[in-house]
Amino acid sequence: MIEVTGITKRYGDTLAVDDLSFEVKPGQITGFLGPNGSGKSTTMRMIMGLDNPDAGQATINGKAYGGLGWPLREVGGLLEAKAIHPGRSALNHLWALAQTNDIPRSRVDEVLEVVGLTSVARKRVGTFSLGMGQRLGIAAALLGDPSVLLFDEPINGLDPEGIRWVRNLLKGLGKEGRTVFVSSHLMSEMALTADHLVVIGRGRLIAEMPVSEFIAQSSQQFVRVRTNQPNELREALQSTEATVVEEEDGALSVSDLSAEEVGDIALIRQIVIHELSPQLASLEEAFMELTHDSVDYRGESGLSADTDFENKNGRLTPAGK
Amino acid sequence: MTLITSTIPAPAGPHYRPAGVLRSEWTKIRSVRSTTWTLVATIGITIGIGVLATSTEASRWTHASLADRLTFDPTSLSLAGLLFGQLAIGILGVLVISAEYGTGTIRASLAAIPNRPLFLAAKAAVFTAVALIVGEIVSFGAFFIGQSILGGSAPHAMLGQAGVLRAVAGGGLYLAVLGLFALGLASIIRHTAGAISAFVGVLLIFPLITQALPSSIRDVIGKFEPATIGNAMTSVNTHLQGGAIPAFSPWVGLAVLCGYAAAVLGIGGWLMVRRDA
Repeated sequence: MIEVTGITKRYGDTLAVDDLSFEVKPGQITGFLGPNGSGKSTTMRMIMGLDNPDAGQATINGKAYGGLGWPLREVGGLLEAKAIHPGRSALNHLWALAQTNDIPRSRVDEVLEVVGLTSVARKRVGTFSLGMGQRLGIAAALLGDPSVLLFDEPINGLDPEGIRWVRNLLKGLGKEGRTVFVSSHLMSEMALTADHLVVIGRGRLIAEMPVSEFIAQSSQQFVRVRTNQPNELREALQSTEATVVEEEDGALSVSDLSAEEVGDIALIRQIVIHELSPQLASLEEAFMELTHDSVDYRGESGLSADTDFENKNGRLTPAGK
Repeated sequence: MTLITSTIPAPAGPHYRPAGVLRSEWTKIRSVRSTTWTLVATIGITIGIGVLATSTEASRWTHASLADRLTFDPTSLSLAGLLFGQLAIGILGVLVISAEYGTGTIRASLAAIPNRPLFLAAKAAVFTAVALIVGEIVSFGAFFIGQSILGGSAPHAMLGQAGVLRAVAGGGLYLAVLGLFALGLASIIRHTAGAISAFVGVLLIFPLITQALPSSIRDVIGKFEPATIGNAMTSVNTHLQGGAIPAFSPWVGLAVLCGYAAAVLGIGGWLMVRRDA
């Protein structure tokens, strides 16, 4: 359980995080969503006691981070990709962390196995790809078998296989009853993995709700229809109080009517239609709509949304096997 | 799921302990190449320059003036390389801290050990132990090699003579404390290049500036310079350093150096608690 209460962080004149409050509950995956620069990483660093908030507080299982007895055994964090000394081997990096919290050496081998880095454990981290660095960061987070886990943009730099592996890992951790808090700037990714959402923009809370509610609320459906007689069809549709918008290619976008209804109306009016297709506004569009006013830096190209909804094996397997 | 959920034994006690943090820092310092290189450089430079200085003196001894012969301190001469070896050990002291900040490992470290003063103290302790052992090996090595070179043609010192053991052991102490001072500077400055510049500035540039001052002021300031203290610590005939700046006695000098190291570490620890990682 993570509780954030009125947390505020100021850098000079900029309010990076502005009076932010939310809760992250155990047994589910909570997505932390916001455009780049919206304060996600700063918030996560404050939860982990790395940055001092100017106001407010964050607690983990009721305690401030600094008050945890065995921090790695209670909280695991992946905050930055490859924030690891490049000259040290993966094994020694994890072993040095393990020793601080009296975690046995066997556990280091275990988490290396879980993230699929056993074969490169003795290689220097500087030779690792970004994706391998992410896996090592995840291994460090799992080291103390903690009940609370924070992952900042865990899929950055991962290939599709790696992304799928992280999703399964997060779901597995959530099913085990742990508190899992994952940040992302991609709504489509959160729709696949998260159960609950905390959405921020410019350091302020925009929404806190179950993912299903967000999807239901934000999925605008409409029907695309193309015909040689657009004016007649528009007139016919508008008589039912549907909203009709003509698109650039001459097709009509119809809201508030199902595809069947549009087809029926066209048949009754004896208008030939050449295309009739129900459309769904993407979650990404809904997310952008929601955070539209709070985007600081535009022009970033997000990863193409991964539409792979299948999740064949809920079982966790070491990557690459 | 068996792979995630592990059967790690429950910890003994309610809280992480300094012993674990010390072990962790020992793993860290021995698992990067920069430790090996800076220590090899410390040994090579100190002994190499000692060999050079004693060889030169051995060859010109027959032509040396009476004044030179009267003030000749074979122990101090064989340890002359410490003045340069201190730069190499200082770089290790800096890297122990600055590499954590430079690479971002500091956040993983502080997530594991939220008690920042404890973290810094453990780093300082492990570094000091390494630097002291290597420093003493270097100092005794330079002494024995230097004396064997002098032995043929010039007077040479033996450990049993008054003040010699103190001076040679003092060389190792000097290296360790200066390295610790560099580590303290790095805990304040956090950047490798900045901290090394500051360290070199204090050691080498600052004395050059004081040379330009009137001698009354220079003598007072000069007493507090690490190089002056180090020179006194590694000399046997401390009262015979004719024309040199007046210096503290060896043990007082060591205490002053320890004070410097404690001061920068204290400030570094204080800042560490207040600053974002």
